[in-house]
Amino acid sequence: MIEVKGLCKRFGANLAVDELSFTVQRGEILGFLGPNGAGKTTTIRILTGFFPPNEGTALVGGRDVLEDIMAVRAMIGYLPESVPLYSEMRVGEYLHFVGRAKGLSSKQAKQEAGRVIEAVGLGPRTGQLIGQLSKGYRQRVGLAQALVSDPPVLILDEPTIGLDPGQIVEIRSLVRSFAGHKTVMLSSHILPEVEATCDRVVIINHGRLAAEVDLRTEAQSGAGLRLVARGPAEELGRLVAAVPGVGSVEPLQPPPGEADAVGFIIQAGEDQAVRGRLAKAVVEAGCELLELAPAATHLEDLFLRVIGSEAAADKEAA
Amino acid sequence: MKALKAIYLRELRAYFLSPIFYVILVVFQVVTGFFYFLHVAGYMERSMMAARNPMAMQVDLQTMLIGPVMLNMAFLMMIIAPILTMRLLAEEKKSGTLELLLSYPVSDTMVVLGKFLAVWTVYALMILLSSSGLGLLFWLTEPHLPAMLTGYLGLMLVGAAFLSVGLLASALTENQIVAATNTFPVLILFWVMGFASFVAPPATGKVLESLSTLTHLEKLNQGLIDTADLAFFVLFTAFFLFTAIRVLEAKRWKV
Repeated sequence: MIEVKGLCKRFGANLAVDELSFTVQRGEILGFLGPNGAGKTTTIRILTGFFPPNEGTALVGGRDVLEDIMAVRAMIGYLPESVPLYSEMRVGEYLHFVGRAKGLSSKQAKQEAGRVIEAVGLGPRTGQLIGQLSKGYRQRVGLAQALVSDPPVLILDEPTIGLDPGQIVEIRSLVRSFAGHKTVMLSSHILPEVEATCDRVVIINHGRLAAEVDLRTEAQSGAGLRLVARGPAEELGRLVAAVPGVGSVEPLQPPPGEADAVGFIIQAGEDQAVRGRLAKAVVEAGCELLELAPAATHLEDLFLRVIGSEAAADKEAA
Repeated sequence: MKALKAIYLRELRAYFLSPIFYVILVVFQVVTGFFYFLHVAGYMERSMMAARNPMAMQVDLQTMLIGPVMLNMAFLMMIIAPILTMRLLAEEKKSGTLELLLSYPVSDTMVVLGKFLAVWTVYALMILLSSSGLGLLFWLTEPHLPAMLTGYLGLMLVGAAFLSVGLLASALTENQIVAATNTFPVLILFWVMGFASFVAPPATGKVLESLSTLTHLEKLNQGLIDTADLAFFVLFTAFFLFTAIRVLEAKRWKV
């Protein structure tokens, strides 16, 4: 549904997007990740036709953003990161305006406004001035305007920023409900959120594609357990590896301030009971168990590894 | 077209929700009313002189009262137009709403035209509201209606020219104050440009004179329609609007 090939965008001497290529399948929810300044927003702005690329092509639904931007825009619902809204308008009035601007008739626009207000739970705020809404409700209005006219492609830049945990869960399940019939490109910094919502992840850094991960297959492997204990390192290592159910054991840097502690990352598969056995084994051996918890999530790990290795490469180059 | 209408209506509504607009409206009414009073007083004096000595001078309602009042309105509008237009694009660029608006199937042309038509409507409304004095003349005497309407046509056309300059200035910046302060000198320059014909060499003077908004307004103001004047205002407005559209596009390309 979205096809980006060899995309380049320069701002003066600064190369914001550098030979970026990726695709998003119809009905797929794609996580679009990268550190700040990686070129995420620039890529998104090229897709919505806010400015053209210097090189490369971007197709949305088979239409080129350079040649047929009006057709592309008609297919996209977009929520920018800063959620820019007209603060002097009322919620219902604004969404009606959005429908009209998207080319609906007045009657259709009214229907659409009602539908999206329902979808994002804005019912009681319909008559309120946008300027007086809380951050969470503004965010919902932003999401609502993207949904007006039911576009097949949604591009959401940090949709849950500034929301409370309850609202985050609601918005997440709303986005999740689009899976299969809408193509969603979700840019976010909140990695657990991406893991919970997205089918696939594209990580970019310095405007280049850094990694592409299919969460549907990768997520199953799990991230393992993190164990920190105080005691003789070698003996602990042997002890832990001998616990039934434990797969592989990797040593881990002990946390700062506890130099005498020893840490491990343990892969134990789906077997939950292994945690109890591990704790028991450590304590029975006369060592102090300091920490036993699920290790950092897989995506977080991957993200930091990808970004970290690039940063290290940059340092060497410099 | 629906999008153009949507932008137009939203913009129009925004004016009526803005307190500054009402302040401008009242100031314009009061000052225009004051000028009207002065011109009526002056006209009375002249007509009394003319009654005593009919051979020495003639009185004409259009050129001595209606025209000058409208010319004063146009001059005032030269100061007010930049304040009306400064917000139009600068604000949307600054707040980022332009980015969202342009993610809909809406072209830059539609955005600029929608906003231009909205501010032109507001301008027309201000002129209309301040016309009670001139309307009163129909009750007191017999003004020549076609001449008066031609004067109004002139006001509308010169207004379109002023507003298009303001819109271009608003497209050039994100700062509303900068947009307004850039518009004033340009408008004043085009207004006084023709005065140079008194001192400049004839050829240069002719060019400057025919670029001046005042020169082209004057004939319409006296009730004369000349296609050259109409063409000037249409081309002037089209040129600035076209440039505003191009600037709006180009500014994004190299943010």
